[in-house]
Amino acid sequence: MTTREQGPRTLLSHTQLTRGKGPAVYWTLLIAIVVIFTLAFIGPLYWMVTSALKTGQEVAQTPPTLFPANPDPQNYIDAWNNLTLGKLLFNTIYYAGGALLFQLVLDTAAAYALSKLRPIFGNVVLGAMLATLMIPAMVLIVPQYLTAIDLPILHISLLDSPFAIWLPAVANAFNIFLLKRFFDSVPQDLIYAGIVDGAGPLRILWSIILPISRPILGVVSIFAVTAVWKDFLWPKLVEPSPETRTISVGIYAFAGGTPQNVVIAAAVIAAIPTVIFFLIFQRSIMAGLTTGAVKE
Amino acid sequence: MPSATVAPSPVHASRPAAPARRPRKAGGQKITNNVTGYAFLIGAIICFALFSWYPMVRGFIMSFQRTRRGVTTWVGWDNYERILQDPSFWTAWKNTAYFTVLALVLGYAVPFVVAIIFNELRHARGYLRVLVYLPVMLPPASALFLYKYYAYDPSDAGLFNAVLKFLHLPTSQWMQSTSMAVPAMVLASTWMNMGGAVLIYLAALQNIPGSLYEAAELDGAGLFKRIRHVTIPQTKLILSLMAMLQVVATMQLFIEPLILANGAGTQDSATSVAYLIYQHGFFQNDLNGAAALGVIMLVVLGGFSAAYLRLSAKQE
Repeated sequence: MTTREQGPRTLLSHTQLTRGKGPAVYWTLLIAIVVIFTLAFIGPLYWMVTSALKTGQEVAQTPPTLFPANPDPQNYIDAWNNLTLGKLLFNTIYYAGGALLFQLVLDTAAAYALSKLRPIFGNVVLGAMLATLMIPAMVLIVPQYLTAIDLPILHISLLDSPFAIWLPAVANAFNIFLLKRFFDSVPQDLIYAGIVDGAGPLRILWSIILPISRPILGVVSIFAVTAVWKDFLWPKLVEPSPETRTISVGIYAFAGGTPQNVVIAAAVIAAIPTVIFFLIFQRSIMAGLTTGAVKE
Repeated sequence: MPSATVAPSPVHASRPAAPARRPRKAGGQKITNNVTGYAFLIGAIICFALFSWYPMVRGFIMSFQRTRRGVTTWVGWDNYERILQDPSFWTAWKNTAYFTVLALVLGYAVPFVVAIIFNELRHARGYLRVLVYLPVMLPPASALFLYKYYAYDPSDAGLFNAVLKFLHLPTSQWMQSTSMAVPAMVLASTWMNMGGAVLIYLAALQNIPGSLYEAAELDGAGLFKRIRHVTIPQTKLILSLMAMLQVVATMQLFIEPLILANGAGTQDSATSVAYLIYQHGFFQNDLNGAAALGVIMLVVLGGFSAAYLRLSAKQE
């Protein structure tokens, strides 16, 4: 590709890049940048995947080898069997899927009420929800834990129950905010048309609002799933049994008595689902990330 | 119904249409709207009440109480005094402050520079964006074990030491050295988290009108003058917002010391305020002390926010 299309004007002008030494400098810098960033961001991942294919001896070797001498999947097999990764993966998927479902139902309903039904004191409720964004999670960890092990009024413990992850996931002000802002942009005329046709609030949400809100629902879904997958301290506290652990917590719990290479093999396996998920949904993820952030 | 075919876009968020078109609303209908409104809200409200609002109040109250053998008594400032006397308290704050400052230099300036460079590239931009965001998607525990065992391996077989040795530079003990522990955590944490900031800055840079650069160029502004007088002022809002978010995020430094340093590290060299909360709450069975430390953390952050708001108000 020798002719580049003229995109929007940035710091450097089109002329600066195409005249004189411009192209030579540009291409050198471009290649340098691509190489440096590939090394910095793929390099460690390559190291991780291949080192887990080496024997313990080869890993301790100096200087380290770039390719495993005898690639051996044994560490991966050990990790899968000894750390019960199948069970841990299932738990994590179960928690993530449930959190997604709870958020889609309850947060969407809440955002719809705040955006379109606008009950009295709705703005106060929204403000109280948004205020939780200012509180660092660590500050609340102790009282949250005490609440989870002894729910007020009901006096039941959520310890080792999936609800200990699903219910707190609903209290996500950022996702409610994203949904509400999108619903705000649905023309009111559409809603009135629905009312005239005799549709109730639920029918309006289901048949008018949700079908046109697919992009934002996708974004919120992705956020909901990755948040559960990446979370560490909360699942460590509320799902302490070996049978209910998430994969990150399980790897951490086993790390002490397991060979390093096996731990790394387990870490690779834990990362594969999110990496695949990311590569599939990268467009929506990147779009979603910036819808929330850049708009004054 | 022609308007039905127009898909709304979040960019053109508009207020609801003129009230003249609203169907008549009797007093009775208003009440049902409130009832249905709260029927839709109730699930989320219960979850917020249980896991956000109530814990906020409870944490504050707990910090002035002491529970021993199931009996709770008011103890005034006792928990705060005990926390302040913890020998790790000041080290934890010192490390957290050091981490926050280093993370601001590295984790805040680097993504902005990277975004400016990416924005100038006419090729490979999509690939580079995926690249920097990839570590954000990894479970932090996975990424940190990678750093712990391979990158920060203190022997010469470690990835970083091998590179340093290759370049004939002195190698480091990384997490086992008292002076390198915090910088090593900042490096790992920046690698894991910078992707989000890069993407947000990139989006902000793409919103800068090209005519501003053209005008600056006509006025004879060179590359760095254009960055100083066009790029930075045009992205000031998002830059200052991200600075605030970054401080809040780095103050919560927890999983890095837990995994990289097995907790507090050599001579408390990696301990953090968040880690101290965890230690008091879940190891020393001092839930009230942990709540007090949480309140202290919130007050410090509140002070930061107030200073930040005053500063940004002054600049206007």
